[in-house]
Amino acid sequence: MYEGIVQDVIDELGQLPGIGPKSAQRIAFHLLAADPADVRRLASALTELKEKVRFCRICFNVAQSELCRICSDPRRDPTSICVVEESKDVVAIERTREFRGKYHVLGGAINPIGGVGPDDLHIRELVARLADGTVTEIILATDPNTEGEVTASYLARQIGPMGLTVTRLASGLPMGGDLEWADEVTLGRAFEGRRIVSA
Amino acid sequence: MYRDEGVVLRTAPFAEADRVVTMLTRRNGRVRAVARGVRRTSSRFGARLEPGTHVDLQLHEGRSLDTVTQADILGAYGATIAQEYARYTAAAVMLETAERLTSEERQPALRLFLLLVGGLRTLAGGERPPSLVLDAFLLRSLAVSGYGMALDECALCGEPGPHHSLSVPGGGVVCPECRPRGAASTSPAAVRLLADLLHGDWDGAEASDARVRREAGGIVAAYLQWHLERALRALPHLERT
Repeated sequence: MYEGIVQDVIDELGQLPGIGPKSAQRIAFHLLAADPADVRRLASALTELKEKVRFCRICFNVAQSELCRICSDPRRDPTSICVVEESKDVVAIERTREFRGKYHVLGGAINPIGGVGPDDLHIRELVARLADGTVTEIILATDPNTEGEVTASYLARQIGPMGLTVTRLASGLPMGGDLEWADEVTLGRAFEGRRIVSA
Repeated sequence: MYRDEGVVLRTAPFAEADRVVTMLTRRNGRVRAVARGVRRTSSRFGARLEPGTHVDLQLHEGRSLDTVTQADILGAYGATIAQEYARYTAAAVMLETAERLTSEERQPALRLFLLLVGGLRTLAGGERPPSLVLDAFLLRSLAVSGYGMALDECALCGEPGPHHSLSVPGGGVVCPECRPRGAASTSPAAVRLLADLLHGDWDGAEASDARVRREAGGIVAAYLQWHLERALRALPHLERT
């Protein structure tokens, strides 16, 4: 147990996800030995993160003003919305450069055991975005796990009657793997989603 | 290193790409184990360790947490159940109940394990209403855990029924002489449905109407919460059809 400020920093760092007491201690002593300018830059970035970053009024992606970069970009296709669980999923999809529409960040997935139900996500706001008839396609890009699947099926049930095209990201075999290692669920999905190979 | 089979009750993110998987196993009761790299899309575990999946496992014993080294699917119930919201919310209540009824890790609970596998299989089969499957599982899992609901005779004096008052703290139906303050009047049809569910009489249970099922469901939920002492997180999200 250290005294005063050093222990305070260790305690604060130890609150972060994935940082145990030993890691917190190592980071604290690294900061103590680091160049003061580097530490000031880190401190100012952390302060700015809390003070300036907020959530987009339309899609709930992280933003530095009322609207995020994507919602305020007139070149993005307003007829297509890709629904994701977290802001980091937006970054993952943007890296593909395949999607030119807009996003909607739910803020998680339905997980009753974790105490998260549909009302705890930005589902009502998504339905409100569809009211003016501009959007014609919804792409459900929630995680390919049980919670993500349930969230997608719940959304499909809510949005389906509105007459939009509702699609789900394909799931199946990952590139770079061997077929024999695939589990029954993944392989079954790959069969369901098989496509014609043109000659 | 040891082998067992188990049902995945719950998963929680751990470190960069791992998960802590809570399972109810056939021989070792409730076990928590780390599945390394399972959150990567290229993980060899794939969908094998998703909630509601019945798996054949190989585990490595650790100091505080075991590690899953191999997993093979015996029944991918979770993936099927997740296709329909009402079934999924029923399964979530079943999984959380199984976890709560096994308060200590590594205490074998074979009858509960078998009930859970049977309940998930029936839910995934889709042939019976999810709310009835859930209530049957809850009544029977409470019974095998020592909290059986008395339905045929008075829970307090043993006077043979039928009785039309039910006391949750008393442990079931109560006769007019024993009826404590706060006992609720219950319709004979609801008591009959509860008995059918407890004894596995599906023909009788499925002949019940929606109003009776709602009444019975409310009694089961109140009885469950009373014995678990702490509220189930999944229960408010249950969609009864």
